[in-house]
Amino acid sequence: MSDNKRSPLYYEAPTELRRGLAALARGFEPRERAPGRFEWLGGLKLAAASLVTIAAVIVTRSASVPSAEDRVTQEVVASHVRSLMVSSHLTDVPSSERHTVKPWFNGKLDFSPSVADLSAHGFALLGGRLDYLGERPVAALVYQRREHKINLLTWPSSETADAKPKLVSRQGYSVFHWIRAGMNYWAVSDLNAEELRQFSELVLAY
Amino acid sequence: MVNASEIEKQLLPHVDAAYNLARWLTGDDQDARDVVQEAYLKAFRFFDTMKGLDAKPWLLKIVRNSGYTWLEKNRGAREAVEYDDEVHGEPAAGADPESLLLQRLEQSRARHALERLPVAYREALVLYELEGLSYKEIAEVTGAAIGTVMSRISRGRARLQALVAAGNEAEDPK
Repeated sequence: MSDNKRSPLYYEAPTELRRGLAALARGFEPRERAPGRFEWLGGLKLAAASLVTIAAVIVTRSASVPSAEDRVTQEVVASHVRSLMVSSHLTDVPSSERHTVKPWFNGKLDFSPSVADLSAHGFALLGGRLDYLGERPVAALVYQRREHKINLLTWPSSETADAKPKLVSRQGYSVFHWIRAGMNYWAVSDLNAEELRQFSELVLAY
Repeated sequence: MVNASEIEKQLLPHVDAAYNLARWLTGDDQDARDVVQEAYLKAFRFFDTMKGLDAKPWLLKIVRNSGYTWLEKNRGAREAVEYDDEVHGEPAAGADPESLLLQRLEQSRARHALERLPVAYREALVLYELEGLSYKEIAEVTGAAIGTVMSRISRGRARLQALVAAGNEAEDPK
């Protein structure tokens, strides 16, 4: 790196920003291939197996257009990171009271998000925020467990069938996605996957 | 073949460069963070298109575009930002002794003058003097011809000197 970096006029990047970007980069890792997916190769010779694997990897990667789910996952993680990087971006309506948070969204969205009070389960509501994912406005509800912030993003789904909470990513962040009553739910946090699953089940059951 | 370690290796070493440029374009810490984050998201997403290009100018070009988009949205906002020693105060000593024009000028005046320079001159000087990019790299980042880059740097310096001189004459630097 250049020595000019030490110029007093040089603005070095804040550590939080550097960390946030590193976490974000990890979210762009190619998705882990599920273990066992190539189990049927077990009987083949190693060389043949690795050839097939290499071919499979090439096929997977050369379809470099990420799937819709990958894209949304990236955006969800980005929204989470963005909300944490600048403290004023975390909530537009900071409140632990669901009766304050829910009506705040009135007139700001073309849907009304349900706001769960999970304080009895150790997930404190910190507030709500309007966010944009892709091109559409979404409701972001912010919860906290211990020091970990959880963003719960929700917006109407084009799918009508319900889908159970599914762990979508474990790279840097835990991300769960489910669909209920025509609404998309995405929960993202640096909390461990098990506790975030518990959170997701609680929101689903609320 | 794209993978995360490649993305990390190529792009993460330039966070300082990205932030410094964004900070000088927007004039604000939080806005610079937003600009940098948005730029990195784009860079991650379109990493495939970087191909054989040098990562640093490629990335800075995206940062610059995001910064300009921000400027367009917030035109006029900068006028409201007054010079504040608390915010724009001088960082700890340790200036590079053999550095160029900027370091020879009194720091806070130079900073203030550079902030007021038209954006085309400001970005050229930031990339050349602070970032140490070559004329050719600056041309890549800004999309201007090399000749234009050179003249912007030389005119930018002249303007900067004039601004600093004017600031020195006036008793009140505001």
